[in-house]
Amino acid sequence: MSGYFAGIVILTCVNLLAVLGLSLLTGFTGSFCFGQAGFMAVGAYVSTLLTMRLDAPFPLALVAGCFASLLVSIPLGYPTLRLKGDYFAIATLGFAEATRLVVENLEKITGGSRGIPSIPTQTSLPVILIVALFCVWLIRNYVSSRHGRNCIAVREDQLAAEAIAVNTFRYKQISFAINAALAGLSGGFLAHYVGFIQPSMFGIPKSTELIAMVIFGGMHSVTGAVLASIVLTALPEVLRVASAWRLVVYGALVVTIMVVRPEGLLGSWELSWSSLRELRSAWQRRFQTQS
Amino acid sequence: MALLEITNLSKFFGGVKAVDDFNYTLDSGHLHAIIGPNGAGKTTIFNLITGIYPPTQGKIFFDGQEITNLPPHVIAQKGIARTFQNIRLFPDFSVLDNVRTACHQQANYSVLEGLFPTPRRARQEKELTERAYNLLELVGLANRAKERAKNLPYGHQRRLEIARALALQPRLLLLDEPAAGMNPDETEKLMDFIEEIKEKFNLTILLIEHHMEVVMGLCDDIVVIDFGKKIAQGTPEQIQSDETVIQAYLGAGEEL
Repeated sequence: MSGYFAGIVILTCVNLLAVLGLSLLTGFTGSFCFGQAGFMAVGAYVSTLLTMRLDAPFPLALVAGCFASLLVSIPLGYPTLRLKGDYFAIATLGFAEATRLVVENLEKITGGSRGIPSIPTQTSLPVILIVALFCVWLIRNYVSSRHGRNCIAVREDQLAAEAIAVNTFRYKQISFAINAALAGLSGGFLAHYVGFIQPSMFGIPKSTELIAMVIFGGMHSVTGAVLASIVLTALPEVLRVASAWRLVVYGALVVTIMVVRPEGLLGSWELSWSSLRELRSAWQRRFQTQS
Repeated sequence: MALLEITNLSKFFGGVKAVDDFNYTLDSGHLHAIIGPNGAGKTTIFNLITGIYPPTQGKIFFDGQEITNLPPHVIAQKGIARTFQNIRLFPDFSVLDNVRTACHQQANYSVLEGLFPTPRRARQEKELTERAYNLLELVGLANRAKERAKNLPYGHQRRLEIARALALQPRLLLLDEPAAGMNPDETEKLMDFIEEIKEKFNLTILLIEHHMEVVMGLCDDIVVIDFGKKIAQGTPEQIQSDETVIQAYLGAGEEL
């Protein structure tokens, strides 16, 4: 496999990890998070500092970055998850910007806005692919469990969820923590793939890109998150021939999807054996009525 | 025996006294009703009992325990279930999942088991699904289990909401205008249904209703409120002949 192609697959997996978390938090639990890049930054910097300054082994650094991000989500979520709707989104936006500025100003540790160069590039395709698929499996399990259903109930109608004994705050916290952990993992992989990190990589555009992927693929579908990560990561590369126009096309495509299919590409459809069987029988019925 | 005891309950929204020094006791196994003109504070009382609003003053006891100021999900866990005046289902959920989610207290597998499936999870999920189907059968919706709740016709949505409340295995069921928007025929069926579930699940029921035939036909005890204050209480016969009630509903005026 050529290095170029492998690179695209790795970046897809990096995005996928962050998008998976967002899918759970924003798509399934209904809390709009605009600060995903902030959690990625925490994961990226913590894991990089560990591998570079302390010579920690890569897997350990990854796990540490993941946990650091999760830990940050707890005190952040405690006051902000009680906020309703837009206010939570703005709070997470503020968190991400604050994180970026802190990193920029801790020059002695993080290299400031110049970033950290020559990070050992230890992210390998098989490893990240397996981790990403494993995480897809975990999230699929979670959303189909009683906990996942509680999350969806919170999204659908918070008051009604409370009336049937769902601790809505707790479920938002859990989703927020899982989201942060996945974003931290994603950041760690990203840093050790690109080999260079700087604060501007984790700005508002990154957060926006990730949330666009969740909405594009279908807010209520894990399959949609996977599909969107693949399509929207690969698309700018495919469109490279159109050079300057590629980002215009990218934007236009996202807008088109939002106008034509506001529920996202897949809506709430999930890929599974039973859904495939249903699809097949629907096709057969269609065929029979035509002939 | 008193199941729910409300003492000196008040709720003020700024200068508006939505509920003003309300006292009421619900007897176990009885069917109670709150009636009153629009805006009298009936739904506010429901919201106070279920913990959606903290009361300005007063206390609420459920089965001898104080539940004032507890969060809504804890009150629901203790066995108070409710329906809403303007139906609040989980619209994008299937009919089955609406009920199954309310059954969750009967399962106890952990968040970790949510991520990593275990045999215990599979077993409990199967039990939850069975229980949900049983309840759907009771309300006659088992054949529509896979449909999305928002696609059900209005009458079925009302039934589904009651099934969801029953899934909590409550001891007290609060029904907020269950017959709203129903024709006389549907209303009669609903009355039979309420009687049926009351006997079957050994429930105490408190309902808000404007259909007087429902209230008068079903209830053991009726409390009438107006402007947040209790103006009368008693059996249907007593209420029907109560002067203050007639005044609240029809207004005081000259003899016709």
